[in-house]
Amino acid sequence: MKILVGIKRAVDYNVRIRVRSDGSGVETDGVKMSINPFDEIALEEALRIREAGKADEVIVVSIGGNEVQQQLRTGLAMGADRAIQVDTADTLQPLTVAKVFVALAEREGAGLVFLGKQAIDDDSNQVGQMTAALWGRPQATFASKVVIDGDSATVTREVDAGLETIEIDLPAVITSDLRLNEPRFVKLPDIMKAKRKPLDVIALDELGGHAGVAPEAGHHAPPAPRGGGIIVEDTAALVAELKNRGLV
Amino acid sequence: MNKILILAEHDGTTLNPGTAKAVSCAAAITGHGGGDIDLIVLGDGIDAVAAQAAAIDGVNAVLATNAPHLAAPLAANHGPELAAAADGYTHVLAPSSTYGKDVLPHAAALKGVNPLSDIMAVDGERRFKRPIYAGNAIVDVTVPEGSLVMGTSRSASWPAAGDGGSASVTTREAACAPAEHTRYVGVETSGGDRPDLQTASVVVSGGRALGSAENFEIVYDLADALGAGVGASRAAVDAGYVPNDMQVGQTGKIIAPDLYLAFGISGAIQHLTGIKDAGTIVAVNKDADAPIFEIADIGLVGDLFTIIPELKAQLS
Ligand SMILES: Cc1cc2nc3c(=O)[nH]c(=O)nc-3n(C[C@H](O)[C@H](O)[C@H](O)COP(=O)(O)OP(=O)(O)OC[C@H]3O[C@@H](n4cnc5c(N)ncnc54)[C@H](O)[C@@H]3O)c2cc1C
Ligand SMILES: Nc1ncnc2c1ncn2[C@@H]1O[C@H](COP(=O)(O)O)[C@@H](O)[C@H]1O
Repeated sequence: MKILVGIKRAVDYNVRIRVRSDGSGVETDGVKMSINPFDEIALEEALRIREAGKADEVIVVSIGGNEVQQQLRTGLAMGADRAIQVDTADTLQPLTVAKVFVALAEREGAGLVFLGKQAIDDDSNQVGQMTAALWGRPQATFASKVVIDGDSATVTREVDAGLETIEIDLPAVITSDLRLNEPRFVKLPDIMKAKRKPLDVIALDELGGHAGVAPEAGHHAPPAPRGGGIIVEDTAALVAELKNRGLV
Repeated sequence: MNKILILAEHDGTTLNPGTAKAVSCAAAITGHGGGDIDLIVLGDGIDAVAAQAAAIDGVNAVLATNAPHLAAPLAANHGPELAAAADGYTHVLAPSSTYGKDVLPHAAALKGVNPLSDIMAVDGERRFKRPIYAGNAIVDVTVPEGSLVMGTSRSASWPAAGDGGSASVTTREAACAPAEHTRYVGVETSGGDRPDLQTASVVVSGGRALGSAENFEIVYDLADALGAGVGASRAAVDAGYVPNDMQVGQTGKIIAPDLYLAFGISGAIQHLTGIKDAGTIVAVNKDADAPIFEIADIGLVGDLFTIIPELKAQLS
């Protein structure tokens, strides 16, 4: 079985985001970029499935300009067998990304498309669901446990009510939640080895190009600040303050 | 004229409050350009839920689709059904719960639409605001004329619509065959009689500082004294002190209680995302430099293991 893993290049989760003063977007110049944390978890799970003998090949895929090759190389250093960059300089919509994953899944004959549950830049939480719908295959989103058993899988999902379990036939789309695993650290020799692993570049147009009408992003603003708080001395003062404000 | 369809969320017997909040979001749209708001309920044996949906203020009609394969909330079945029901509508909304987020993008893909997640404000029939980067930026988005608008409404941003309505309830036959490739096994809930985290007016939360599941009991004790819901940071969930459905934050629940009390939580941006809309935030932390104090309305520097019992004694 082949597993495709989607890895998005995103602002590192530790970076404090700044909105540009002209409202045109979020400052990304000189900001640390990383693999979207959920995608690192998806890749780790794919590698574990391969290491357990249930998959033969793990292919990392990123859609974007040449800069995404940096994250693809990190994915290869973590242990992916090869990488595909779907080349475009344009802003991407989820429908386009989903179509790319369907096209690649069909081209590669993938048994599993493993994505993150959401990209921490756009916070969309859409691509996995849309990929499954377009592909006509099962979707198991927000996975915190995945057990592959022959042609099917049992997936535990983190839902508002608790933990839901579903059974899906392969091929399928799974999206990772945070508690699925803890990704491994990359070792230096692996980074050297990753340089020799194959990285193919395919033009976005070759896989169908853009899809759907794009909502237009306009002005960006920082969130409204919360009013200045106070520090109280002790528990009695806290209780007095809460009573004073009619909160208890 | 706008025609808005909202996917109702329920557990088979009770409508989820996120539904009435989505109705407020829809009412903000019709407030700009007029129009009707319909609800669709998908399930099996859902007459009671449909009746609750019909009682929400501002709802024109409730479409009730009953079928055995819709009993479980599987996106593989609910997604295509929602897409099939969307014909003739200008907007399709769902609450931004794990259910809404699972089903709505699925339906959107089938309609060839790029959906909007977490609509927090409505500036026009096709103009919205939504948070990105864990709520650290708010972006204006406009959906071009002629394209169906599909999105989830960010529950913490909208009040629940009232319950004085009297919409008609219409039976709608299921349009799609069951998906054979996906099977529902079940859901394990942590249960309990405490107020639901997402609707409680007071929430007490604990972080890594609690140290163990046993120690976390003092958080429950205080919550019970206050009639509050209980939340936690990711660190407390990861460490196994509490179940996953209690996580508050970017990847947990986004909540907007009147009062939020955080004990031993440092205030990482991913946690703060979940509580930005709370009325009053109280933080107790032994580190005076903890980032949570930057957004707390009332801060108290000290040891939670002494402060929580004192609070409980003085409040009850
Ligand atoms: C992609 C991503 C998504 C995430 N999503 C979420 C999310 O949804 N929700 C979330 O919460 N986190 C999330 N996180 C994790 C987040 O970054 C933090 O790691 C987490 O919130 C820290 O939890 P904490 O505050 O309990 O622990 P810590 O940061 O360890 O803080 C513990 C605090 O307790 C204080 N303390 C210790 N002892 C005492 C005492 N006796 N009395 C009083 N105070 C004491 C300390 O001073 C410290 O400030 C996410 C991270 C990533 C990368
Ligand atoms: N440009 C991209 N390249 C590769 N994978 C992507 C890209 N955009 C989104 N994804 C995948 O889709 C998941 C969900 O993204 P989103 O729906 O945008 O929040 C991410 O975690 C990635 O696995």
